[in-house]
Amino acid sequence: MDATENNIVLQLRKVRKIFARDSVDKIIALNGVDLDVYDRDFVTVIGSNGAGKSTLLNIVAGVFPPERGGMVIIKGHDVTNLPEHKRAAYVGRVWQEPAVGTAGKLTIEENLCLALLRKHPRGLSSAIDKQRRQQFREQLASLGLGLEDRLNTPVKNLSGGQRQALALVMATIGNPAILLLDEHVATLDPRTAQTVLQLTAEIVHREQMAAIMVTHNMEVALRYGKRLVMMHKGRIVVDIGETDKKALTVTDLIAAFEQAAGEKFLDDTILLSSQE
Amino acid sequence: MDTIASVLSVSLYEGLVFGLVTIGVYLTFRFLTFPDLSVDSTFTLGGAIAGVLIVNGVNPFVATLGAFAGGLCAGLVTGFLNTELRISALLAGILMMVGLYSVNLRIMGGANVPLLREVNSFDVVAGLLGLGGGMVSSIIFVALVVLVFFLILNWFLRTEIGLALRATGDSEQMVRSLGTDTNKTVLLGCALSNGLVALAGALVAQNQGFSDVGMGIGMIVMGLAAVIIGEGLFHPKGIAPILLACLGGTFVYRLFLTIALRLGMPPGDLKLVTALLVIVVLAIPYVQKRLRHEWMPPAQRL
Ligand SMILES: Nc1ncnc2c1ncn2[C@@H]1O[C@H](COP(=O)(O)OP(=O)(O)OP(=O)(O)O)[C@@H](O)[C@H]1O
Ligand SMILES: [Mg+2]
Repeated sequence: MDATENNIVLQLRKVRKIFARDSVDKIIALNGVDLDVYDRDFVTVIGSNGAGKSTLLNIVAGVFPPERGGMVIIKGHDVTNLPEHKRAAYVGRVWQEPAVGTAGKLTIEENLCLALLRKHPRGLSSAIDKQRRQQFREQLASLGLGLEDRLNTPVKNLSGGQRQALALVMATIGNPAILLLDEHVATLDPRTAQTVLQLTAEIVHREQMAAIMVTHNMEVALRYGKRLVMMHKGRIVVDIGETDKKALTVTDLIAAFEQAAGEKFLDDTILLSSQE
Repeated sequence: MDTIASVLSVSLYEGLVFGLVTIGVYLTFRFLTFPDLSVDSTFTLGGAIAGVLIVNGVNPFVATLGAFAGGLCAGLVTGFLNTELRISALLAGILMMVGLYSVNLRIMGGANVPLLREVNSFDVVAGLLGLGGGMVSSIIFVALVVLVFFLILNWFLRTEIGLALRATGDSEQMVRSLGTDTNKTVLLGCALSNGLVALAGALVAQNQGFSDVGMGIGMIVMGLAAVIIGEGLFHPKGIAPILLACLGGTFVYRLFLTIALRLGMPPGDLKLVTALLVIVVLAIPYVQKRLRHEWMPPAQRL
């Protein structure tokens, strides 16, 4: 990674996150994470349940701040203490649940309009106009799902796969610096999951944006993205770059994990799931 | 014939004036998914503010606007309890309902404020229309008020801010991630909602000739019933249809109550009529599906 300062999209420094600090069940969800994500980096993140993957994405998105001493820098701006809604210009997000990433009662075009405004303060002008509608139609047409003809359909009438595809478009519209995907195909059937993953790869490539994709599926983590990160107990224990990742196998990955974490790889939920 | 005409005109008047309450309830319950139960007290608050201002010689239209402003402020407080102090929406509404009861008594300086000897906005409008003080001029006046707010909301809810407000109840997480501070949309929605409710209270107090500390009792139930009836009967899609369904639902609801009263049903039984009406409207889709052997998911428990 021969990176100069100005093509770093995201820098995490000494990021820690503790939940239920004052109780006996105190949880150290993140325990000192340092991570640099570069321009056009597509990072897949893998790790067992509770490893801290979602917490990491929440820290980047600003859902909650890291513990004191931690830093989140996006495109050179220190956003550590910026609340979530003020990071919309930097961060696009897709969640596991289609109902989280899209508003079911609003129509497709209304959902897209909200996303389009991510960099602008909302005003009192009419939300939808001809020009925006045309833009949405073009954007949806590129998905090849026929959604461009259903701009006035309430989103709750779409299938889970269609909703996630729409959520993807919404998360990337308006050019955020980095795309965060948290097991975004986990609720879909295997075939739809493949389609949405394919779409994800295409969109990330086309928009030339940095992306972090959390997945439970090792094969997906190996097949997609340029870089692979494995988390364990709140730390990044494996970080494999583009050249090494190409030749990587599941067995290599397990070996790398065991060496880095200093313990045997026991999580069959990751190993055995050949589909999300 | 006369009774039919009078039943219809009473229901029309009430459908319009209480329709403002229903629209307010729709804003919080449906757009924000914020079950604001403070409605009973904000309705009274509107009546109290308008009553006291009018008695003290304030222009009745200004007094009515004052009631609207008072409702806005009450809604802001309810929203504040939820967004800033992290009190659950349900509890925030209940606390406001309870607390405002005392505030209303303080404002009125007693349990009621008689207005019969004052000139209220209905009298002024009737004078302007040259109609005396009849039902027709009352209907025209409330219809004008409703029209104004209908037009404002029909515009506002389609704007960028309005869109963010409507999305808030659907997926607050998404709205925040796309750059809107949902605390602000919740505050705005609660304020608007309670402003409309207080406005209705102010109009009702003037038309009935007094403000009373108990005048808001049952408003939240009525508003919810009317929302459910409106949705059940009209299946509205889009902003204008939703607003019209709120008005239509209120009209149908008041029509049933008026008919029940005219049929000689004791007023104490009207609550049962309300409950049965809502049950019927809610059960219709399920019964229809059962008859067509279609599946329907179990009801939510929260
Ligand atoms: N809001 C919260 N409050 C309390 N504890 C939390 C919260 N969010 C996460 N945790 C805890 O932090 C730890 C890390 O959770 P996180 O959701 O980041 O794991 P994950 O790697 O995403 O796991 P999974 O694969 O199951 O999604 C877990 O022990 C979890 O219980
Ligand atoms: Mg997770």
